[in-house]
Amino acid sequence: MNSVLAPEIEQHGFNFSNCRRNEKLIHDGFKPPKATKTGTTIVGIIYKHGVILGADTRATSGNIVSDKNCEKIHFLAKNMYCCGAGTAADTEMTTKMIASQLELHRLNTNRVVPVPCASTLLKQYLFRYQGHVSAALVLGGVDNQGPHIYCIYPHGSTDKLPYATMGSGSLAAMSVFESRWKPDMEEEEGKKLVRDAIAAGIFNDLGSGSNVDLCIIRKDSTQYLRNYELANEKGVRNLDYTYKRGTTGVLSVKKIAFDVVEESTSGIEKMDTN
Amino acid sequence: MSIMAYNGGCVVAMKGKECVAIATDLRFGLQAQTIDTNFEKVFPVNKHMYLGLAGLQTDIITVYKRLMFRKNLYEIRENRVMQPERFAAMLSSFLYEHRFGPYFIEPVIAGLDPKTFKPFICNMDLIGCANMPDDFVVAGTCEEQLFGMCETLWRENMEPDDLFETISQAMLNAFDRDAISGWGAKVYIIEKDKVTIRKLKTRMD
Amino acid sequence: MLGINQFPEYQVPGAVQHQFNPYENNGGSIVAIAGDNFAVIGADTRLSAGYNIFTRNHSKLFQLTSSAVLASCGNWCDSDTLTSILQTRVRQYSDTHENKEISLNAIAQLLSTMMYGRRFFPYYVSNILAGIYEGKGYVYSYDPIGHCERHTYRAGGSSSALLQPILDNQIGLKNMEEKPTIPLTVDRAVKLVTDTFISAAERDIYTGDGVKISIITENGVEERQIPLRKD
Repeated sequence: MNSVLAPEIEQHGFNFSNCRRNEKLIHDGFKPPKATKTGTTIVGIIYKHGVILGADTRATSGNIVSDKNCEKIHFLAKNMYCCGAGTAADTEMTTKMIASQLELHRLNTNRVVPVPCASTLLKQYLFRYQGHVSAALVLGGVDNQGPHIYCIYPHGSTDKLPYATMGSGSLAAMSVFESRWKPDMEEEEGKKLVRDAIAAGIFNDLGSGSNVDLCIIRKDSTQYLRNYELANEKGVRNLDYTYKRGTTGVLSVKKIAFDVVEESTSGIEKMDTN
Repeated sequence: MSIMAYNGGCVVAMKGKECVAIATDLRFGLQAQTIDTNFEKVFPVNKHMYLGLAGLQTDIITVYKRLMFRKNLYEIRENRVMQPERFAAMLSSFLYEHRFGPYFIEPVIAGLDPKTFKPFICNMDLIGCANMPDDFVVAGTCEEQLFGMCETLWRENMEPDDLFETISQAMLNAFDRDAISGWGAKVYIIEKDKVTIRKLKTRMD
Repeated sequence: MLGINQFPEYQVPGAVQHQFNPYENNGGSIVAIAGDNFAVIGADTRLSAGYNIFTRNHSKLFQLTSSAVLASCGNWCDSDTLTSILQTRVRQYSDTHENKEISLNAIAQLLSTMMYGRRFFPYYVSNILAGIYEGKGYVYSYDPIGHCERHTYRAGGSSSALLQPILDNQIGLKNMEEKPTIPLTVDRAVKLVTDTFISAAERDIYTGDGVKISIITENGVEERQIPLRKD
């Protein structure tokens, strides 16, 4: 039983308590709702000193853009990042969970976690769920063996490639890589190439849009360039849409006033969550 | 018909200058039949934070109660007020726990940080994918209409009174073009020193 | 006992079912506003299907006479067929009436009849007709099977749900206790149409690239084009 003194011990992992009810509802003819998807263009390349990852920033549900500036390059470890396409919640939660496992692994082994280790953790997790966790990932990182790029598909298969693209804009982005990628590129050239690949996705694929995010992982440093390029900005409105105060009809007003107690935060050190 | 649209209803939240607003309609229906016109989908979480839930009513109430249980335990254990960011993270993992048997709700959180009073808004899809933009968030059956209105009306740094007019007009005109939302509206303007709750005059058809 | 559940469905496995789906949604949005002595009609210029853009510069506006412009979106090949037949009928009218131009309300009725003629295999299009008749601005909107309705403002197409409440508020002055007294001029109408498309392009993936606006006054039709975001 639940009480404050003896709270219910939460079970780990997924909770299936609503499944029967939801199945009944679907059986009765109610359509299952859509989750937020990332149509997405995500890419990764290997260059001379490491890897560069890139992503657009649009999240959609159906034909509506639900987030214009979402983050699709997820942190896994200091030397590893992972771009996610598919169901937005799945990519977000899967990478968060694997990131914590990698950190524990790093603390246990006391060495830089190899990128294939992350790839294996991810693919084993995804395979276990038989494609129901719909995350399509581009994993990139640098370890003691050098740079790696992996493509991980929702069912748990993987590719190891020098340059990779995923998501609905993958064909547009791949066309840029196929024409211009070459081994041992310089960083600036690599950044330009990744930017162009993402831009190809943004402009030619309706599931991708807004801005370009980049992440550069070198042998000994990582640089996350959030909104590296604002490829699309909102148009300037011509009219003023300020309403005169009192325009809206109000039936009743209730006010809850507080005494503001300014609390100082000095003396409390912020927890290091990196 | 989607189960999300079984009871109808919508929620919208906007950021202003040192304030946030959250608004809800008051209809509760069973498909096209209106049952009640005084069902609020926005609930207080703590002094400066409100939670709006759009979707299936039974899940709205269940999720709200389960969240309050977790939030109260947190506040008792930690002996401090929960920040909106923490609350959003808790809600997100709660919803993702039910990834394969979700609650049919779309949450919207609006609040100020209990210490710094920084405005915070957030919405999620039904399995907990959080979105925290700088302008506004919407949820519910007239999501499209609300997106159109908010994209046109929202401006940066609105004063509380202007924010009230903007969010009210956005909501009223949006749900007038949706058959299963409306029938009254309530707007919460959350400021550092007070919360103002206004009930709006709307079409009742 | 044999219950109703035990009876076989009519759909018997093994029976070959043929399906034919000739419709495709090519997206696009249209907006029209009628003023006292003018009408403004706008449409975005993107032609798309699924996640692909076919072209970024595609006009969904069809000038029928010197005082009538039709905007049509939805299934592009249906739009194309419908408007070309309509243009022919408009031409025939003037040829058989000593070069007299067909009036706006006559086109409105003609279009309705033409679309209802395809009641059971409809043109999959969303149409809005705007123009002036006897010096006054009119807007007519249609459903795919020819229901015709007169409005002062109307939005259609993939982002009609996003655009219509804005027009309700800004032109219909709905939900306002004190209504502002700003006259609806050509300039204001054009600016408002542009702004609604800016908003729609932000949130609807099928609307973007550009907006083409036709301004219909007594002096004829003036066209303008304004760029939108291209992603």
